[in-house]
Amino acid sequence: MEKKRHHWIVRVTHWVNFVAIVIMVGSGLRIFNAYPAFARRGEVFCCYPFEHKPIPAWLTFGGWLGGARNWHFAMMWVLVVNGLIYLAFVYLHGEWRDLVPRKGDIRDSWQMVKFYAFKRKDHPHQGKHNALQKTAYFVLPVAGALAVASGIAIWKPVQLSWLTNLLGGYVWARYWHFMAMLVIVILSVIHVFMVFAVDPYSIPSMITGNYDEKNSPEARNARPFYHLFPRRRQAQSPPEPT
Amino acid sequence: MKSDPKDYVSIGGVDRREFLAWGGIVSAAFLAACNSRGPKAASKLLKYAERKNRVVERALFRHTSMDVVRPGAYDAGNKLPSYYISRTVPVWDESVRGKWALEVSGLVANPTRLTLEDLQRLPRVSNRVNHYCVEGWTAVETWTGCRFSDLANLVRVSPEARFVDFQSFDDDYHESWDMESAMHKQTVVAYGLDGKMLEPAHGAPARVYSPVKLGYKNTKYLTKIVFMPRMNGGYWSDMGYEWYGGT
Repeated sequence: MEKKRHHWIVRVTHWVNFVAIVIMVGSGLRIFNAYPAFARRGEVFCCYPFEHKPIPAWLTFGGWLGGARNWHFAMMWVLVVNGLIYLAFVYLHGEWRDLVPRKGDIRDSWQMVKFYAFKRKDHPHQGKHNALQKTAYFVLPVAGALAVASGIAIWKPVQLSWLTNLLGGYVWARYWHFMAMLVIVILSVIHVFMVFAVDPYSIPSMITGNYDEKNSPEARNARPFYHLFPRRRQAQSPPEPT
Repeated sequence: MKSDPKDYVSIGGVDRREFLAWGGIVSAAFLAACNSRGPKAASKLLKYAERKNRVVERALFRHTSMDVVRPGAYDAGNKLPSYYISRTVPVWDESVRGKWALEVSGLVANPTRLTLEDLQRLPRVSNRVNHYCVEGWTAVETWTGCRFSDLANLVRVSPEARFVDFQSFDDDYHESWDMESAMHKQTVVAYGLDGKMLEPAHGAPARVYSPVKLGYKNTKYLTKIVFMPRMNGGYWSDMGYEWYGGT
């Protein structure tokens, strides 16, 4: 039997994380809408251009403030426990080697950008992930950790005031909580887009674990939506010997 | 490489049509979930989580943890919103209800009724603290009143009392608390706000005020403080907000 691309722990935590993030973001935005601003009463806030403008309701989950809070405070445990299982596995099983930033990642990322922009013909050589992916998968848990820390800080601003103060007080902790969410959402949206556009074969691989390297973006020289392009693209590959 | 055209539309054994169908189902599920309260079946789990969170929150509670206002934070002043559940601002009408007094009763050796003057004779504290609203905003205000713990000592609370109910004349508004939070040094029965006597907009003649609880736990328009062996829910807690509501 061939080696699985993703260990079952990674596959399970991935989909649990998917559900947890969707619910945390949706319910979080519903909570935010109860006071869609950061300013302390009687003050103005410097660094958010949409103060007092609510998030569209269709992006929210929970229905009302109390309901959203109940979802948020229940799902937070799922998110944290799941995240810890993933991180512990990645650390103990060595998968972290595929994810930590290395010298040359910036150069490799730039080469990926050039490839996607048709400024470079061949797909840069890569390991399990390309350099842009690696960066995203490294930043995501970091943003997750910030989201959790800032979340605890605004949950317990008096009992755990040391944490709240570390983040600049309640107002700023709430701001960092929002910003961490934004980073997670942006990375996740790009991730989902790129999965469909560049490497749809990775969807079954995240369910069954099986992945045929022949279908990897590198092997297919795949730019976004390459797999949906008409077959004439084949002509670009070197002619086969006759 | 095989030149079977199916290679291009087959994604892991799923053909394009199936793939789009699944995409449609997932998208529809998302749309259905938008702005919803979530599945009914989840409500039991959510209630279970709330009870467990309560245990965690009570374990995190320390009497020594004090709310401290950030240096440079401005007072909210008249920007502090006014909330009540009655249709109009609740005002204690002496001509109808007689003189206002705070009844302190329940599991106490010495049940007492305290007029506003009685409250003012107790040791006075002024706390400049944050107000943490469940909605996510905070406001800095200075609350003047007597410590709840002084009041509790005055009536000699029985050791069986583990919860306190704060009741009001704002319709049937009340919220019950755990004893620890009530006995916290920053929990006061407040009759003054920002150096003036409390106004009806913010809970006159007296209200409970503590930064260790979210705003909705701090009952305004106080009439009764009842010490109890069991918790007694509350106006917003019964509607589905967290009963503990601690900060």
